[in-house]
Amino acid sequence: MTPLLSVRDLRVGFGRNPAANEVVKGVSFDLAPGETLAIVGESGSGKSVTALSVNRLVDFGGGRITNGSILLQRSDGSTLDVAKADEKVLRTIRGRDVGMIFQEPMTSLNPVHTVGAQIEEAFRLNRGLHGADAERAALEVLERVRIPDAKSRLAYYPHQLSGGMRQRVMIAMALASSPRLLIADEPTTALDVTVQAQIMALLAELRAETGMSMIFITHDIGLVAGIADRIMVMQHGLAVEQNTTDAVLDNPQHDYTKHLLNAVPHFTSGKAVRADGERAATSEPIIKVDDLVVRFPVKKGLFKPKGAIHAVDGVSFDLMPGETLAIVGESGSGKSTTARAILGLVEKHRGAIAAKAGRSRRPIQMVFQDPFASLNPRLNVEALMAEPAIANGQKLDDALRDRMRFLLDRVGLPADVLNRYPHQFSGGQRQRLCIARVLMLNPDVVVLDEAVSALDVSVQARVLDLLVDLQREFSLAYLFISHDMAVVERIAHRIAVMYAGQIVEIGEARSVLADPQHSYTRRLISAVPAVERRRQHFAVDATQVPSLVRPAGYEPPPANWREAGRDHRVRIEETK
Amino acid sequence: MSKLFRAFLRHPSGRIGLAIISLYLIAALLGTLGLTPRDPLKLFAIDRLKPPSANYWFGTDLLGRDTFSRLMVGIKQSMIIAFSSVALATLFGTIIGLLAAWWGTLWDGILMRIMDVLLAFPAILLALLIIAIVGPGTATSVVAIAIVYTPIFARVVRGPALSLKQRDFVDAARTFGSSQPYILSRHLLLNLVAPLAVQVTLALAWALLTEAGLSFLGLGTQPPTPSLGLMLAESKNLMTQAPWLMIFPALTIMLGILGFNLTGDALRDILDPRTQRREA
Repeated sequence: MTPLLSVRDLRVGFGRNPAANEVVKGVSFDLAPGETLAIVGESGSGKSVTALSVNRLVDFGGGRITNGSILLQRSDGSTLDVAKADEKVLRTIRGRDVGMIFQEPMTSLNPVHTVGAQIEEAFRLNRGLHGADAERAALEVLERVRIPDAKSRLAYYPHQLSGGMRQRVMIAMALASSPRLLIADEPTTALDVTVQAQIMALLAELRAETGMSMIFITHDIGLVAGIADRIMVMQHGLAVEQNTTDAVLDNPQHDYTKHLLNAVPHFTSGKAVRADGERAATSEPIIKVDDLVVRFPVKKGLFKPKGAIHAVDGVSFDLMPGETLAIVGESGSGKSTTARAILGLVEKHRGAIAAKAGRSRRPIQMVFQDPFASLNPRLNVEALMAEPAIANGQKLDDALRDRMRFLLDRVGLPADVLNRYPHQFSGGQRQRLCIARVLMLNPDVVVLDEAVSALDVSVQARVLDLLVDLQREFSLAYLFISHDMAVVERIAHRIAVMYAGQIVEIGEARSVLADPQHSYTRRLISAVPAVERRRQHFAVDATQVPSLVRPAGYEPPPANWREAGRDHRVRIEETK
Repeated sequence: MSKLFRAFLRHPSGRIGLAIISLYLIAALLGTLGLTPRDPLKLFAIDRLKPPSANYWFGTDLLGRDTFSRLMVGIKQSMIIAFSSVALATLFGTIIGLLAAWWGTLWDGILMRIMDVLLAFPAILLALLIIAIVGPGTATSVVAIAIVYTPIFARVVRGPALSLKQRDFVDAARTFGSSQPYILSRHLLLNLVAPLAVQVTLALAWALLTEAGLSFLGLGTQPPTPSLGLMLAESKNLMTQAPWLMIFPALTIMLGILGFNLTGDALRDILDPRTQRREA
């Protein structure tokens, strides 16, 4: 069969001298009709540029195709070399033969038009449908991407929809023209795991329904196992390996592919949890949180009654010295707000947070998610490291500098970095710097708020190892906040699952991961992408997180718990 | 610092602006030290209203005083007023803007509404009002111009300070227990240096103009001390007989404003990280 797309020796460069600044250095691949190719690589590997060359969107980003051919078979049977086509012809390809969905569903929809109008526009441009015809087509396609209550959603503006819904709308727009090829550029990276699973399932079903080909770009090699027929691994602008999915995953040939596969955190349903840190019944908790409630008032206008977002609603747990409690949940579940309330960064509405007096005046410290935002760009490492000590009455002297050097060395940074500035470090190094900084005060508890989420997978694994070592060495307790089950499995002793502001399941890590009791925990665990779970099909599930905005005076019903084993408690679900 | 200077020399308008400002500063310095070609206050009665010549470079005025020497002293006067009023405005504007952003809600509302009221008046009108209350003089014009430009600095500081306040590194500082003055100076102010530097240079240009305007109206520097605005005012009745009396002070004012504006523009380009990336 003739391939739908045939790329030969593609080279793309940027800047004034594209030949000298090559980002893609000679990539070739074929894509048969109905086939899905996954392009995998870390940031900067040229995977997006390769895919954007196929519809020549790369031109608008300042890129130039310097060499090679991109032969695309069009719907009328003719073959076109995209690499040499002019803009007028390209416009007829984009949207019609080649559809595209992007990473950020927030920014790729126009905020001032309703989603209905935007989908109708796609139909008008690509199929020439007008008025009622376009509206009917828009409704049809929204139903095809399984948006519940599609008719009323047509009148919604993008900001009224959740991230997952917006990505569905984007997919609907791409489908408007029944493209023969769909390019998906990291379509689920900005989404939560359960939403990611929904979108992946949707893409797989749509592909089966329409028989279109797909190019799926991702940095997560675990994610492609379920959807791709072939995998191309890219590094530094070169395709280092390409073969069928099974061959790449089971029998990787290139070192970089092996490295990527090793770095992916494998989720093993509780088999890989830490064996240390047995809970002693006698010890006293270092933090005890009791019925914590955090609410943010919502103003609805002058005369309307005020409601509140119940961000955290009646959360209780305790943390023993030297223990890791992981709080997992999706965005909006209240896990970060819980952490911020413990540190006093947001005000609590009600409840008690009792911290035992520790080794220093400030026994609880925090490492933030984004290592680029949590360091003041205008201060050098010495000033950054000195800040916690100065804030607690110490002087910047040689003894303090010795402690800085000791800690920097301990987290794996060279000792001569004291005069450098944050922008001179990579993301992983910056996060190490943040970790060293919170250790300056010799804390008892470190709150890690998605501390490894922003890092590339291979860096992530090393930082996790470092955290485990530091925990033993400095006898730290961690409150580890994450959405990533595979990461949590490696570091947690105990796990608390949060959903809609409440803890729904809490207990020993092995027990929670191996034998989840609450329906939400089960959903969270089944959504974790894994290399092992190939060809496992997810049912398309459109469950939405309930709104947390409550009218004034609303109190949630009291929680009922049941024991599901030694140190494993589950909230009893209301039967509907 | 030398890096900044070299960036200035590379920037086309920065080069010109820097040259003009240096020239003015030298003239002001010589004027202060009394190193003018002639005594700016001495009357050469026989040489009244002489056009520019080798003897009197920019001519003489009605009383036979040397225009060039008077211009040098006038520049000194303008520079002193411009620099000190902008310094005061920067100080108070920065403090008000920072505190409004930091305390937020009620204080933000009160402080910024006051600033809005001040900003609603045209600069020269507000200065007139203040001088009408206090009485004319050099010190009064400094205070008046400072009050006029304080709201601009308050606004320039408040906006970015509001967004800096939300940044993770400020939250991190709070978890360490850093004191408020430490957070304000280290985390907020240090990151505001670039926009402030640009605003200072641009404000110097406006202050120069406002000062000349006030002196022109007889509300700023008082005679016999020479000042640029005052010289313009004295020349206006002699416009046809002795145009040089008007042309040279006017050109001096214009060139000064141009110098500060060019420098401000260059500074904005140089300190903007986006333009830096384009160069790299």
